[in-house]
Formats: sequence, structure tokens, C-alpha cells
Amino acid sequence: MTEEEKPASIHGAVCPMPLRHYDKIVMGHGSGGRMTQDLIKQCFAPYLSNPVLDAGNDFATLSANINGPLAVSTDAHIVSPLIFPGGDIGKLAVCGTVNDVAMSGAVPLGLTASFILEEGLSTQTLVEIVKSMAESALEAGVPIVAGDTKVVERGKADGLFISTAGFGHFPKNFAIGGAEAKPGDVVLISGTLGDHGIAVLTARGDLAFETQVISDVAPLNHMIQQVLAVAPHVHVLRDPTRGGLATTLNEIAEQSQVNITIDEKTIPVKPAVQTACEMLGFDPLYVANEGKLIVIVPENEADAALAVMKENTYGKGACRIGRVIESPAGRVLLKTQIGATRVLDVMAGEMLPRIC
Amino acid sequence: MKYLDEFRDADLVKIVLDKIHRVTKHHWVIMEICGGQTHSIMQNGIDQLLPPKIELVHGPGCPVCVTSLELVDKALAIASLPNVIMCSYGDMLRVPGSGKDLFSIRASGGQVKIVYSPLDAVKIAQANPDKEVVFFAVGFETTAPANLMSVIQAQSLGLKNFSVLVSQVTVPPAMHAILASSENRVQGFLAAGHVCSVMGYHEYLPIAAKYRIPIVVTGFEPLDILNGILMTVEQLEAGSFEVQNGYNRVVSKEGNLPAQALIKKVYMQCDRNWRGIGMIPMSGWCLRPEYVEFDAETRFSVENIKTKESEICIAGQILQGIKKPPQCPAFGTLCTPEAPLGATMVSSEGACAAYYRFARYEKEES
Repeated sequence: MTEEEKPASIHGAVCPMPLRHYDKIVMGHGSGGRMTQDLIKQCFAPYLSNPVLDAGNDFATLSANINGPLAVSTDAHIVSPLIFPGGDIGKLAVCGTVNDVAMSGAVPLGLTASFILEEGLSTQTLVEIVKSMAESALEAGVPIVAGDTKVVERGKADGLFISTAGFGHFPKNFAIGGAEAKPGDVVLISGTLGDHGIAVLTARGDLAFETQVISDVAPLNHMIQQVLAVAPHVHVLRDPTRGGLATTLNEIAEQSQVNITIDEKTIPVKPAVQTACEMLGFDPLYVANEGKLIVIVPENEADAALAVMKENTYGKGACRIGRVIESPAGRVLLKTQIGATRVLDVMAGEMLPRIC
Repeated sequence: MKYLDEFRDADLVKIVLDKIHRVTKHHWVIMEICGGQTHSIMQNGIDQLLPPKIELVHGPGCPVCVTSLELVDKALAIASLPNVIMCSYGDMLRVPGSGKDLFSIRASGGQVKIVYSPLDAVKIAQANPDKEVVFFAVGFETTAPANLMSVIQAQSLGLKNFSVLVSQVTVPPAMHAILASSENRVQGFLAAGHVCSVMGYHEYLPIAAKYRIPIVVTGFEPLDILNGILMTVEQLEAGSFEVQNGYNRVVSKEGNLPAQALIKKVYMQCDRNWRGIGMIPMSGWCLRPEYVEFDAETRFSVENIKTKESEICIAGQILQGIKKPPQCPAFGTLCTPEAPLGATMVSSEGACAAYYRFARYEKEES
């Protein structure tokens, strides 16, 4: 080190008082002290405010008069990039857990959210994501009643991880679950497949092409209640997220020990998603969705369920795609568009782009 | 979608299928060369709709499947080096070497990146001047132009930290090897459309003449494949052995001449070991001496590679059309896409993976 490069003097150096308006998350924001309070006041409280959360306790007290069982679900959310066309990790975290609770037939009552923040995360990005959570929670009608934040050193997380839990109650008794599909049932889907996966993949920017596809991430709890109002004997509700429709239907076929046969001709896929999949060697039936609903329902309630789905903003593209039959049990079959029938398998591991 | 929906049209498919049923009088064994075609056949269920007298066997045209075990092991060894970023097409990551794959190298701290284009690997080399960036250049004639463009681009950028591990193979020598084998059953070929889009099909003329076997350049959509089968069967029934082009919306007789000129400039012919099949003379390409500075095999000393292949796997016989995946004792039991014994169970173009995904219950039901 030359003379000129040396610091002029270290005398009088003091630890600076933390700035109140950092533009990036620093370790101090996870200290539990004043900086944490500042972070909560500036980035979370203004947007997520509700009486339960505002009480400021380590616990939430809910005045609920619940008879019967509770539905509970929890989910960890990771996505790169944090903000993508049609959504962001915050919207994903709220909708993902609201939807998981709602798939039981329950009405979601509240959510909790834990945030793992990476040192260096832009506070503006954080605020944008928290605002988006607030908007989604408002739309779903489900308040965020408790939360927590932690900060980890740079390089130990991918910007921001959000873990949410949700709970709900059953206004009526339903027999809904993955093991309830019965031969004779009809399989409905609420719209086009693969939008979320392709939107996120192209938003990463490492493909040599762009698409106009936006993620379908959405809260589905209202649509589910509308379906149940006209089709109270629905057997299965499921959102085909990771692994896509094919993997989800396989889980149901296995749990219910039935066969599900779907018709390739009837499966809705946007042309842009189909094109992206063709180029990458992906199959849209395995690409993730975050705002789609599979309804498996007895034939006599199928038309009514389909009609209310089509009236909902998130179900405009709803259609019938297949049927539940007895055998071969535990499998999903696909009638191909040229009239053959083949196995529709679960996804093996990570979906890999092909060579040529 | 333009150029796809038309070639998946159920009504048109039925018309061609009816013709195939009408013209087929004898039992014929037809090999589709390309793994992409195998995949399309299984995915669409084309094999189920054909007359029982037509037997499709699956060829060696799966680049991931035939990349020699020695080269896979070399890739694993190079990727394990501390200062290396190994770039690969996604399909290669799950291919088992002698005990490991690139995914497990990555999990153990090696830097392995999936690229969608070889030129992305060049960008990675530019962005990481203090790292050695290696691109695993696998593939048939189809990928050769794009693969070698990475070398040309790296050269023009003056990059000193970029090299390629070349595993480039070519189709015609493999066809010779299959046809010359005493176990050969193949009576007609569907030539790989994408390979021919680069190379044209003039190089198949001597093969058709020598072995008196019809060869039809064929595409990948259901209608393309059925049309290729129809043209092949018509020739077989008539006793002719021409090279015909059933994929003329993409392929010309001469092929892509600028691409061929680049191939000649950067690559030269060499012997290649084909995984499961063995050495086929002059069946591949390697870098010309002028480009040796970009050759990862000379840049990194990864000698003493001791390969160990699964003793049960019959991938070699499958790739030559001698056996089919369900005839393997390990198929679907010891060998699955999650725990593959051979590369044919890995790639979306591998015959075993295609059978596993689309038709694996046929074995237990037959």
C-alpha cells in the first residue's frame, strides 16, 4: 500500500448511528431493536395494517366463533426474479396459501407471514412486494394477522423468502379431498395451463426470446365458494402448481385409486405458452400454474360448476378436460389429439431443456 | 399454431393412416434415426395406430445417449476443478457417468450451468475472466453449427478462458454400422429431419444403394412421421430403395451450405466411441489443429479416466434397434428416470425414457 492509498487517519472514527432511511436492508434490520421496529413501521405496517396485527403482540388474538374442524396450510415461497410479469413473490405467498386452504372447501380466515430478508435487498422492492401482498389479501378478503422478519447475510438467501401459513373454517360439511374422486366424475379446469411457469422463466432473461405471457397467480377462494354453492358434492379441488396438471392429476388418481383420462384436444394452452414450450422441449401439462383450479365433480353438478367458474374473472377459460373411471386405478391416461391413448406420467425431476 | 397444428390435424392423420393400412402387405422393420422422432411417436401414440405388420425400432440419434462414457467422465472431472465453470445443455446434467452426474458435481460445489445456446457460454466466459469456462459441445450434425459458433465467437473476442469439450457425432457412419451388423433387422430408415436440414441428404444416396434400403427424410410432427412411414412402406412393398425427402418444408438436398462450410473450417472427421455401441471409425468431428487452443481435452489434464458402465444396461442394443426398452431386465425397476443406469433413460430423446413416460405399463400388461 502506498502512502497515498492509506486512510488519512482513523482517529476519531466512530460507529455511525444507523440511518433511519436505508435504501437497502442491512443486518441491523434483523437485530430486533430499533432498526427492526423502523423497518416494520416503514415497510410493513402502513400496508398490512388491521386491528389484530396493529395490536403489536407476539401473538394474534382472533375473535372467531368456530364450530367444527379448522383447515390449516403452510407454504414456503421462493422465486427468481422476485417480481415477474403478472405478480411477485408477495402475491404468490398470499395466493398460494389462501388457495391451499380454500381447496379443502374452507373459507380462509387469516394468514401469517414470515420474511427472510437478504442483506442488500432493496427496501423499495420490499415495499413493492408488501404492498402487493396487501392488495392480494384484500382481494381474497383474508387479513395477515401475524408476521416475523429475519435478516441473513448477503449470499445466504436469494433476496427474499416468504413463508406463509393460513387457516380457515368450514361453513358447511364437505367431503372434499384428493382421495374422494369417484368413477363417473367429470374433471374441470378453470383456464389455460403453464402461464405462470413460462412467465417466470422468460422473466429470468436467460432465454433468447421474450414472451407476452403473464403469470396467472390469483386468489381462488371466492371462485371455490361460488362453485360449492351450486355443486355441493364436489369431490376434489386442487390447484395444479409445481409439476403442473399432469403431476397433480397423478396424485389424485393415486390417492383415490381411480383412473383419470383426459383429452388432449380439450386442454387449454395459450399459443405463446405452447410456442415457448415447443422451443424449449417442455410440455405445458408439467409447467406450473398459480391461479388455476381443478374441480372433480359428479356429472349431475358439472355443468352448474362450469357455468359459475366461467362467470368468475379467474375462470373465464374453464372447460371439461376429462373423466374419472375405475381402471387402470392409480394412473392418468391421455387421449392424444390424433386418437391414441398413452400414459400421462408424473414429472421425474427438474424439467430440462432439450438439446435440439 | 402455424406449422404445428396443421401437422397434428386428426383428420389428415387419419387419411395418411388409412393409406398406410392399405399399402402394408408384409412385415417391415423401420428405424427412426432420431430420438426426437422416437419421443414424438410415443408422445402421440403413433405406434398404436399403425398396422401390426409395421414394427418401429428406435435409432441411435439421441446425442445425450451416445456421448461416450469416457467423455462424460472427463466432463465430470473438469467440472470438479476449482476454477472451472462447466456449461452444458440441460439434458446432459442427469446423464450418469461412472458413478456421478453433473447435478451431483454441482451439489458438491462444482460450478455447472445450464445454457440454452452455446453462445451463452461465451457470454459467461466474457463475464468471468478469472474463471475457465468450458462448454460441453455434444450433439449430431444439428447442433454442430451452433456449437462451433461458440469457438469462432470466442476466437474473435480474443477469449483465453473459453474452451469446448467436443463430443460431436455424425449419422451416416452409424447407419453403416447398423446395416453392416450381423444382428441387423432394419429394412427402412426414417432419416432425421433436423440433421438433414444442415447436411442435406445427398450423403444417404450411397447408403441406400449399397444396402438396397429405402431412406426417407422425415420430420417430427405426427403427420410428418406418418408420411415418412407411408413413403418408406410404399418403397418396401414396391422393392425400391430410393432416398426420398418427406420433409421438404425444411430440408433441401444440399442442406445448409454456409453451415457446412463452417463445419469444414472448424471441425475435422475423427473416430468416435459411441456409448453402448463402441468405436465407429470416422463417425464424429473434433476441432482442427488450428483451434486446438479451444480444446478442453488438451487444456485440462484429466487423464486416467477409468470408466465403469452398468453391467445390466442394454442401451447399446436399444440404440441399434436390436432390442426395445421393455426387453431390458432393469427397465422401470432398477432403472428409472430418477435413477438411470444408462443415458437412454435420461434424455427426453432417449428411447427408454420415452417408453417409461408414455408406455411403461404395456410390459406388465402384455
